[in-house]
Amino acid sequence: MAEMTMIEAIRSALRLEMERDERVIVMGEDVGQLGGVFRATDGLRQFFGPSRVVDTPLAESVIAGSALGLALTGLVPVIEIQFLGFAQNAYHQICQQLARSRYRTRGAQPAQITVRAPFGGNVRTPEFHSDSMESQFAQNTGLKIVMPASAPDAKGLLLQSIRDPDPVLFLEPLRGYRMISGEVPDGDYTVPFGALRTVREGSDVTLVAWSGSVPVAAEAAELLDAKGVSAHVVDLRTLVPLDEAGLVAALERTGRCVVVHEAPATAGFGAEVVALLQEQAFYSLEAPLRRVAAPDSHYPLPGVERDFVPGAGLVVRAALETLEA
Amino acid sequence: MRVEPQFLPSTEAVEPIRLLDEAGRLAPGAEAPLDPSRTLEALRFMMFGRAFDARCWSMQRQGRLGTFAPITGQEAAIMGSAMAADPARDWLVPQYRELPALLRHGYPVERVVLYRQGHPAGGFVPPGVRVMPYQVSLAAQLPHAVGIGWGMKLQAQSGVAMVYFGDGASSEGDFHESCNLAGIVDAPVIFLLQNNGWAISTPRSIQTAGSDIASRAPAYGFPGVSVDGNDLMAVYLVTAQAVERARQGGGPTLIEAHTYRMGAHTTADDPSRYVDPETEKGWARRDPILRVQRYLAQLGEWSEDRDAQWRKEIEADVDDAFERASRFPPPRASDLYEHVFDEVTPALARQRRWHLQEAAGGDEETG
Repeated sequence: MAEMTMIEAIRSALRLEMERDERVIVMGEDVGQLGGVFRATDGLRQFFGPSRVVDTPLAESVIAGSALGLALTGLVPVIEIQFLGFAQNAYHQICQQLARSRYRTRGAQPAQITVRAPFGGNVRTPEFHSDSMESQFAQNTGLKIVMPASAPDAKGLLLQSIRDPDPVLFLEPLRGYRMISGEVPDGDYTVPFGALRTVREGSDVTLVAWSGSVPVAAEAAELLDAKGVSAHVVDLRTLVPLDEAGLVAALERTGRCVVVHEAPATAGFGAEVVALLQEQAFYSLEAPLRRVAAPDSHYPLPGVERDFVPGAGLVVRAALETLEA
Repeated sequence: MRVEPQFLPSTEAVEPIRLLDEAGRLAPGAEAPLDPSRTLEALRFMMFGRAFDARCWSMQRQGRLGTFAPITGQEAAIMGSAMAADPARDWLVPQYRELPALLRHGYPVERVVLYRQGHPAGGFVPPGVRVMPYQVSLAAQLPHAVGIGWGMKLQAQSGVAMVYFGDGASSEGDFHESCNLAGIVDAPVIFLLQNNGWAISTPRSIQTAGSDIASRAPAYGFPGVSVDGNDLMAVYLVTAQAVERARQGGGPTLIEAHTYRMGAHTTADDPSRYVDPETEKGWARRDPILRVQRYLAQLGEWSEDRDAQWRKEIEADVDDAFERASRFPPPRASDLYEHVFDEVTPALARQRRWHLQEAAGGDEETG
C-alpha cells in the first residue's frame, strides 16, 4: 500500500502493464519526451524506449484508427487523447471503427485498445477542453466506458481496461488528477467492470455519481448528514457495462435517488440511469427520480464554470426536494 | 531590400507510366514484369471479377442481392497491385472495389456473396487471412493500414500493408492524417489510389484543384507515382517496386492508378444523369482485360477457344461461389447480440431476452 494521487496511480498501472506485457505500447500527443501534459506517462519512455512510448503528430483520428491496425498485428495499444474535447476528431474511428470491428468481423478482428482521455471542469482550461461527453460515446455499443473516481480504482480499472479484449474508453477526471488520492495496493490487481462501488452507506436518499462527480456527491452527503439526512452514495465506476442490479439495490436502500453528472442534462447519462430505475424499480420509488447536471448550455470560459459544473449545494437541494416529495 | 518570398509553384501532373498500349503491345524496349503464367493468373482473377459483377448485377435487379459496388473497368488497377502482394506476410486493406485482390489474398468468395446478401457472416475473416473486410466509410481504412504497416515494422516483420481507396476518399481528412503519420514513422504502406474519375457523380475536378493526387506524396516525405490504371503490367511494375522499397525499410508510397469506372457507382446509381456517353466509349477502348488478352495473344497464350473455355469455367466458379454461400444457415435475430462485446453486458442480455421472446413467437407462427 502506498498513498498515491490519481495521476500517480494511473502512471503506476501503465508502467506495471508495460513491464508485464511487452505487447503494450503507449501513444499520443506529448506522451513521450514530455511525459504527457499531465505527466500520466512521465518516465515511461526512459524505461521502455521511443518505440513503445510514441509521440504522435496532432491527429486524433489516425491515432485512434492506427491503433486498430496495430492491434491487428498483435500489439496492445494504449492511446492518449490529450483532452476528451479533442476526441470528437476521432469520433468515427473510436465509435464506428474500433467499437464495431469485433461485430462486423464476427469476432475475427476484435480491437483490444484502451483510449485514455482526461475530461471535466473547474480547472480553468481554455475552451473545448473540459466537456463531459461520456453519454455521446455510450450511445455507441461495442465500446466500454470506464470512469474511475478513486486512486485505487484508477489503477485497478486501468489494468483491467488494457487487458480487456474490447475497446475501452478510460476517462480520467481532470480535477481529480492531484486532488483525489488514496491508499493504492502494491503490485498487480484488477477491478472488475460492471460492479459499482458503495462510497458511503445511508438510508434516506441514494446519490449516484461517477468520476469527478463522486467527490461532489460525497461532499453533499456530508452536508446532508449535518441536516440529519442519511445519504447512500454509489460510484458507478463503469457506464458500459452498467451494474444494473447494483443500481436497483442501491435505490431500494432508500426509495429516493439523485443522479449527479457534469454533462448537460439533456440526453446525459443520468437520463439512462433514471430510465433504468423507473423500469426496474418503479414500485420501490418513494419520490420522483432527480438529475443534477450542468444546464443545457456550452461549457463556459473559466469565469462562470463554477456555475456550470454542478456543486454539492445543488445536490443537497435536489436531495431535500426528493425527501419533501 | 525588397524581400521576394519564394512561392512554391503549383505541381504539374506527371504522365502516367504505361507499358502496354491499347492494342496490348509492350512499349519499345520494355520488359514484361510479369511472365506469361503470372499474367494468366492475374487475368483469371480479372475475368472472374467482371463475371461476378455481371452475375451480382443481375441478381440485384431480381431483388436477390443488396446494393454493391461493381469493379468493371478497374480490374488492372486491382490485380496489377495485388499481384505484388504476398498473402503469407502482407495485408490487404480494401475500400469496396477490390474483389479479385481479396480473393487472391485468401478471402473466401462465399463471404462476399453473403455480405452482398446482407448476411452478418459476410464480414468474417478466417484466421490467417491478412485482409480487413470491405470498408464502406470512405478513407476510414487508411489509418488502419498505417497501424498494420507500422505494427509489423515495430515487430521486425517484413510485411507491408496495401491499402486501396479512391479519388473521393482522397478528399477525406483521414487521407491526410494517414499519409502524414505513415511518413513520420516510415510505415511500410502502399497507398493504392484507384482514381476512377468519379465519386458517385462528383468528378475528379471537384475533388481537388491540384493537378493530380500522386503529387501530394512528396509533401508527406515519401514518393508518389502516377500509372495507367488500365495497364496490368505498369501497375504491377510500380507496385512491386514500392513493395520492395517498403520491405527494405524505405517507407510508404502513394500510387495513383488512373482508371475508369465503366458504369454505375453502385447498383443504386444512375450514371446517365452525369456521364457523357462519348467519354465512356473512349474508356471502353482502353479496356484493361482486352489489353491483357491482346498481349497474351501475341505470345500465343490466348485464343478465342481459350477465351470461351475460361468464360465457361468462370461461370461455373461463380455458380460455385453462390452455391457455397447458400449452404450457410440463414441469419437469425440472435446474430444481433453476438460479437458486440467479448462478454454480453447486462443491458444487452436483458434486451436479448426480451426481443428474442417475441422473435420466438413469430417463428412459431411462420412454422
